[in-house]
Amino acid sequence: MTELLVGTRKGLFVLEGDPGGEFALKTRAFEGEPVEYAMRQQHSGRYFASVTSSFYGPKIWFTDDLTDEWRLATGVTLPRGGQQALKRIWEIVASDDASRLYAGGDPGVLFESHDGGETWELNRTLWEHPSRPTWRSDSGGLSVHSILPWPREPERLAVGISAAGVWLTEDAGKTWRHGNEGIRADYLPEEASGKAIALCVHGLARARERPERLFMQFHGGVYRSDDAGETWTDIAAGLPSDFGFPVVLDPADPDSAFVIPVTTTDRLTPGGRVQVWETRDAGATWTAHGDGLPQQDAYLSILRKCFDGAGEGSALELYFGATSGEIFGSADAGASWFEVARRLPSIQSVRVAR
Amino acid sequence: MAIVRLRGQLEKLAGGSEHPVEGGTVNELLEELERSNAALEGWILDERGVIRRHINVFVNGEQAQPDTAVGAEDRIEILPAISGG
Repeated sequence: MTELLVGTRKGLFVLEGDPGGEFALKTRAFEGEPVEYAMRQQHSGRYFASVTSSFYGPKIWFTDDLTDEWRLATGVTLPRGGQQALKRIWEIVASDDASRLYAGGDPGVLFESHDGGETWELNRTLWEHPSRPTWRSDSGGLSVHSILPWPREPERLAVGISAAGVWLTEDAGKTWRHGNEGIRADYLPEEASGKAIALCVHGLARARERPERLFMQFHGGVYRSDDAGETWTDIAAGLPSDFGFPVVLDPADPDSAFVIPVTTTDRLTPGGRVQVWETRDAGATWTAHGDGLPQQDAYLSILRKCFDGAGEGSALELYFGATSGEIFGSADAGASWFEVARRLPSIQSVRVAR
Repeated sequence: MAIVRLRGQLEKLAGGSEHPVEGGTVNELLEELERSNAALEGWILDERGVIRRHINVFVNGEQAQPDTAVGAEDRIEILPAISGG
């Protein structure tokens, strides 16, 4: 059985089923509230959800049992009396040694928890970084949306920020530096590329078996880094569009990456065909997978946290959801696909809980 | 002291509906309300001290602004705005 956590504009939907067929609704939570992200920490089994109430602002909630009440985490706030307010939590990530959790949000903030997610603390160094006045929002805000701890070394971190590029730390966030060499932004003058902060990263993923390798879906570009995010190589050749949002890897294969290209103009699946594209040679070549996915008149919008995987190798499971309420899954590493759910509210995130 | 009346989620967080609170203006009163009820911190006022966009405050039944004066006999209600869609 696979359990999916689906954050939607109208609450959290927990689905459960056997890969290959339609999943059943297990439970709902936060009915009517925008749930931007939900995940389950594998070590503890604790569930987390980021919910931005239109009345009361963004909060992180947690529960150890989906049938129990959710509890409110504390400390998820900016310094009081300042000029800015927290707008949204985009992602919650646990380090693989279970020692800490990270949460990223808008406006360009990172929080850390050392007590299983009950209390959180703002990373002040990133918040007060001298370059911050030059950071720019994209249409979705100024978002820390991709947080990549290094396996077994959780103090080493890469974070992706829209639109402030990739930031790297080796000392648990005491110091940060920008990792951007090689990224070309077609919305900036040629002379500005390479030194600009305003880089609109859409998605980042780290290869588990080769942690210095990262893949990036950029705002016009797909990139690979083999030096932990210091420099980047364009690997978009062969894709129908270099635009997209999420990127997912097969944990067993550091040469693998899966992306879902959308058009530059309207951010929808190109030509009304839904395809997941896979590389197994670190981006040298790409292969389209559409078996089981709509191939005609299907114009889906798949947001950046709406694609996830579980397992590895030939048993890799992949799941993605669309703003139109469909979820598709694959139980064979993307070779074929099935419909998991349809007619859900607009999907904001999809994560495999177990 | 003015009496602040809470409903729904705010009432649950504060452990009751009616709260006597000191303050010369709506904003001062809300700051004091959040200060004296830690569970409410950040729910009505954001980090800047601004009333959240979809929260309405009424003084004696009239919609109030942050700088609306509040007297000791006044009744203040804090309500979520009309929502939908």
